[in-house]
Amino acid sequence: MRVALFITCVNDTLFPGTGRAVVTLLRRLGCDIEFPQAQTCCGQMHVNTGYPEEGRRLARHFLDVFAGYDAVVAPSGSCAAMVREQYPRLVGTDEAAATVPKVHELSEFLVDVLGVTDVGASFPHRVTYHPTCHSLRGLHLGDRPTRLLQQVRGLELVPLPGAEECCGFGGTFAVKNPAVSAAMCGDKVGNIMATGAEVLCAADNSCLMHIGGTLKRQRAGVRIMHLAEILATTEATR
Amino acid sequence: MSGGNTFLGMPAFPQNAAAAVQDSQLRFNLRKATHTIRGKRASVVAELPDWEELRTAGKEIKDHTLRNLERYLLQLEEAVTAAGGHVHWAADAEEANRIVAGLVKATGETTVVKVKSMATQEIGLNEALEDQGISAYETDLAELIVQLGDDWPSHILVPAIHRNRSEIREIFQEKMASFGRAAPEGLTDEPRALAEAARLHLRERFLSTKVAISGANFMIAETGTLVVLESEGNGRMCLTLPETLISVVGIEKLLPTWQDLEVFLQLLPRSSTGERMNPYTSTWTGAVEGQEFHLVLLDNGRTRVLADEVGRQALRCIRCSACLNVCPVYERAGGHAYGSVYPGPIGAILTPQLRGMESELDASLPYASTLCGACFEACPVAIDIPEVLIHLRGKARHPRAERLGMRAAGWVLNSPARLAGAQRLGGRLRRFVPGRLPGPLSAWTDTRDIPDIPAESFRDWWGRTDGGTR
Repeated sequence: MRVALFITCVNDTLFPGTGRAVVTLLRRLGCDIEFPQAQTCCGQMHVNTGYPEEGRRLARHFLDVFAGYDAVVAPSGSCAAMVREQYPRLVGTDEAAATVPKVHELSEFLVDVLGVTDVGASFPHRVTYHPTCHSLRGLHLGDRPTRLLQQVRGLELVPLPGAEECCGFGGTFAVKNPAVSAAMCGDKVGNIMATGAEVLCAADNSCLMHIGGTLKRQRAGVRIMHLAEILATTEATR
Repeated sequence: MSGGNTFLGMPAFPQNAAAAVQDSQLRFNLRKATHTIRGKRASVVAELPDWEELRTAGKEIKDHTLRNLERYLLQLEEAVTAAGGHVHWAADAEEANRIVAGLVKATGETTVVKVKSMATQEIGLNEALEDQGISAYETDLAELIVQLGDDWPSHILVPAIHRNRSEIREIFQEKMASFGRAAPEGLTDEPRALAEAARLHLRERFLSTKVAISGANFMIAETGTLVVLESEGNGRMCLTLPETLISVVGIEKLLPTWQDLEVFLQLLPRSSTGERMNPYTSTWTGAVEGQEFHLVLLDNGRTRVLADEVGRQALRCIRCSACLNVCPVYERAGGHAYGSVYPGPIGAILTPQLRGMESELDASLPYASTLCGACFEACPVAIDIPEVLIHLRGKARHPRAERLGMRAAGWVLNSPARLAGAQRLGGRLRRFVPGRLPGPLSAWTDTRDIPDIPAESFRDWWGRTDGGTR
């Protein structure tokens, strides 16, 4: 199976550690992976901000780059949801038909395609999980990420109150409506701190960047980690 | 007094919302109320194993009706007329207000009672009647609170959601006397005492007023029947007691057959009040003995919305307000920030379509959402609100700085070489990135730290280490 990594532009640029964790994890699980160098961005920012033409160009480029693979894995619920939900509308169903169904969010790929929930990870810390809106209501990931976390050695998973509520990121929303965005994130951070967790985990670094930036500003002492980074950690690498 | 026209000229949503989030009483009231209704809705929806099928049925009945709107409207007109009613067509707010004022004047009366109606608020009917020397009295408890308080409604179902009990007591004590029967001496803020004060005040009004104005939740084409769902019984008083009944209804409120109503009598109460069925369902067909009946069919931008392939699904809305109650943005910003009688997620797609996106406020509404999708999930007629928001954003005018920024980002992202170059430049300059960013980006750094910029991008790491193998 030819598996292509779609690392996403935010991860590639700001969170390369997440990309490296995906590589480590998938290799450990025996996948033969490739990183198509021509990849750039799924176009979500442009489309969601009201620039469908730019978004359409990026979508066509994405479809060209990933056309020949058996599966495409992305460590981002919102980028995977963009491709799966919005591409057929954006570029037309015919154009999207061949590539779009092969795009999987990481936890979907692990659970549904590889059929594993125990990935051999070890991470002895108290962790709470924020499901993120696009993972939850766009992709309907359900409990796939938490089933993976529950199999991690030593990891104590604590439930997050109000987990299903949006953190207030929303891409450019955080800049266009800063007051509401800050109010939403303030409530989210309060809930995270109430759990007493050391680490906040999610399957999307953009939401984590927003929440993490607020946690850091408030000197909350809670670390943010992408799901891939926790799953990649083993007793040997810890 | 409350009304649609009052909202015009309001600043854009972000400014309104920024002021509202500072109001801790408002945020407390909204959080408590929306979370209570949200919980009730979730539990009664979960009781129905066929909720998704009902939702699909609701969506399809509405879509079918909208596709054949002209045919069904003509059928409705024929049925209403045959039953002794009079049908009037109004292209816009001004025409609808003129028709209603004329009908009231023809009766020789100068006061009317009103059943809670979004359509009459949309067209600013109360204000228009006042200009003609006619006083319109709201009889829904929450609308009464809003009217007495010289306030605006801030929620579709619970227009006074932003008020708490003690504020309501003050409004009753200060204002009721100037509108009719005064509030009783020593009024407390107990819900029972407040309801009794409103009951006595309104009863006097019902028994003395000869003209009533209503909207309708549904109109049934085959029988010419109008339907109102309500919880207090005040609507029923208005619909039956007065000698003249005038109903102002948006043309999209149509259902083809009586049987179609069955679906919506299940969807609406569960979605709006979290009840299995609503307390009062009133239906009327044409004129009855001793009462004259007029139906004013309101367009006011609806046919324009219908012409938009993506946006038209907003006309499926049955005004249940489930989307408001689950919306995290509405919960913080409050209804007034949306500057329209339709607040929340549905307002963010309906208002700019009905009014056009020329004003700064209307252009900002499609951005009053994080696209979190909670509204779509809650909508009983499956309106894909995020889809319509994105569609409207694509049609909005963009600020110049944003346009340039997006074009530049698009140019960089359109080529892997340019993206890699930008990443390397960022990596090299990372020590110089200030903690507080300039311009519009300062909105980010006001409350959040920006992430550390890594020295090496993923793609450069992959290239340098041959995918981590070297």
